[in-house]
Amino acid sequence: MPCQPANVRNHNFDEVALGYTLENALDEASRCLHCKKPLCVEGCPVCVPIPDFIRAVKEQNLEEAYRLLKTANALPAVCGRVCPQENQCEGHCILGRKGEPVAIGRLERFVADTHITKTACEQQTGTNACATRVQGKSVACVGSGPSSLSCAGYCASHGLKVHVYEALHEPGGVLVYGIPSFRLPKDVVHSEVSALQELGVELHLNCVAGRTVQISELLQKHDAVFIGVGAGLPKFLGVPGENLVGVFSANEYLTRINLGRAYKFPEYDTPAFHGKIVTVFGAGNVAMDAARTALRMGADEVHVCYRRTRAEMPARHEEVEHAEEEGVIFDMLVNPLSFKADANQRLESVVLQRMELGEPDESGRRRPVAVPGSEFEMKTDLAIVALGTRSNPILLEATEDLEKNKWGYIVVNEETGETSIPNVYAGGDIVTGAATVILAAGAGRRAGISICERLLGTR
Amino acid sequence: MPVPIVEKIPLIPGKTSKMVLDAPEIARHARPGHFVMLRMNEHGERIPLTIADTDKEKGLITIVYLVLGKSTALLEAMNPGDSILDVCGPLGRATHIEKGGTVICVGGGTGIAAMHHIAKGHHLAGNRVVAIIGARSKDLLLFEKELSLFADELLISTDDGSYGHKGLVTELLKNKLDGDEPIHEVVAVGPVPMMAAVSDLTRGYGVKTTVSLNPIMVDGIGMCGACRVTVDGKTRFACVDGPEFDGHKVDFAELRLRLGAFRAQEQESMEAYRRSAVNG
Repeated sequence: MPCQPANVRNHNFDEVALGYTLENALDEASRCLHCKKPLCVEGCPVCVPIPDFIRAVKEQNLEEAYRLLKTANALPAVCGRVCPQENQCEGHCILGRKGEPVAIGRLERFVADTHITKTACEQQTGTNACATRVQGKSVACVGSGPSSLSCAGYCASHGLKVHVYEALHEPGGVLVYGIPSFRLPKDVVHSEVSALQELGVELHLNCVAGRTVQISELLQKHDAVFIGVGAGLPKFLGVPGENLVGVFSANEYLTRINLGRAYKFPEYDTPAFHGKIVTVFGAGNVAMDAARTALRMGADEVHVCYRRTRAEMPARHEEVEHAEEEGVIFDMLVNPLSFKADANQRLESVVLQRMELGEPDESGRRRPVAVPGSEFEMKTDLAIVALGTRSNPILLEATEDLEKNKWGYIVVNEETGETSIPNVYAGGDIVTGAATVILAAGAGRRAGISICERLLGTR
Repeated sequence: MPVPIVEKIPLIPGKTSKMVLDAPEIARHARPGHFVMLRMNEHGERIPLTIADTDKEKGLITIVYLVLGKSTALLEAMNPGDSILDVCGPLGRATHIEKGGTVICVGGGTGIAAMHHIAKGHHLAGNRVVAIIGARSKDLLLFEKELSLFADELLISTDDGSYGHKGLVTELLKNKLDGDEPIHEVVAVGPVPMMAAVSDLTRGYGVKTTVSLNPIMVDGIGMCGACRVTVDGKTRFACVDGPEFDGHKVDFAELRLRLGAFRAQEQESMEAYRRSAVNG
């Protein structure tokens, strides 16, 4: 796929991957074998009818291709960009056994971008018209990230009135505060949200469930409630010096820049913290986002420090490749022991320890083991910790009868998404812990189906 | 939905005002100790402010601020009839209030307003409230009248002696602690050095001390970790675990450093705003 050149894009926040032209898309679509038993669909968490939509692309019937995508996925423009396709649809593609799999994600993005402005009920439902609104029945969706928006989209297109309650001042959840605009332009998120508003979904911003409104109050106003409040408090390393000025969670660093538009400071008021030598701890997508953002904010050097090796990095392959092309330095097999301050009590360096891989652990990956006597110090004036998140306590503490598991996430019936409180459903990171956009979207859709079955008696 | 300003009472001209906002959902759920996150306009930064009072029947909340940077300067430029673009809350854990006897509530600067809501909560719970408030001089003293409506005792100090006791609030507090009356709890809200000094003093007397912390926040809803503070050697998040903590266990030196993390940018932003205000 055409991309902005690496030495240009590492100075701007415009989207890196420029997307297919129609010609690119037709070439790529022509490679699909239309397998009788499409393994790609099995690899998709929401079962997008992949061979069918690719056939429609071949026939240049992009409207039909978009309709087919939308029947399974409420957010194709988003998922085409951020799904880890190499582990899902493309990872299962038969062509991938000997050569390159069909670039399903890129085709999905192409179709969605072409048709995002044409969203209508029929594209959501796959029938000719939107279901008639059933009077007097409504659903509250708490949060406005991928799970909640997917649930909202399904319910709204099947005849339910939907109200979305979002805690922040802008809808989109992690798509807005977490994923940088060079990977997912904010316009794409806003288009998906306005498409839902066209379906009659009402947004309530600055509304924190558990604080501004309680679940019990939402149940009095609505027939069902879906909880998709996403991830919570960032995890830290737990090493000395971690609260020094200059050490940030990836969530804070990215929220300032993405939600607060700190890359446009002082035109926008939220400031970002600048570093010359930036260290990022962790190796998931969020770590890649933070590292690539730091380059764009003007850092001289950005190091991703990881205690295992390239092979164990959980980030999408494309993000790792893009980061490397842009100039991110990968320091593998190192583990931070402490952060040290300068005379002004600001971060000056990190003490690292070399690691080597030992026996596999419970995750199946080889366990990193410290190399004795290998400690060394590295200069850094901005450290970003990207180790994932814990559950957010606000809603859970305020809703005592909601059953939680030992990690503090909500327990649900896996088939329906219903929680221990009748007519209250949940999905996404608040159920599974930090996961992907598409898994959250799938959970939201599954709950939407259950809610429609219960309230409307239909699918 | 933007939140309308229904009343604005200047307390220190150009620097501190008391603003009453029409926010019925927040007012209905707000309890002493809670705060709100505000964003003045589309380009604005989210900032936390403690709720100083509520009127649940009328659906109103009161905030009090000190103009320190651009966001509070933008707030000070607003008037009744204007609306604040985003107001989110009530956030944080409410103050733990139980009937236990005499509670001394110490306030400094704009912290007096935040302390007022907590003190009122203790009064309504049946505790005897001793309020101690301090400022540099008489004209910088806030909320004397509001506190006098319910406080069983109201003690005042000014640095320059222009009103009440000449000296620090901690001197008045020490007198009370040295007296015969058993003290159930001390609450302190104000500048970091004041809260640290109060906590240092009460530690020697073994009196439970609650402080309301004001670290930098970004989302205020338990997502980013900007507001982390060290309490009893552990990292806690002021927005969801606080903002009130045991004053004897808070690392105030760290809090002070972290409050200065963005000082250069805050000044840059404020100067740019002043220039644009001058140039019209």
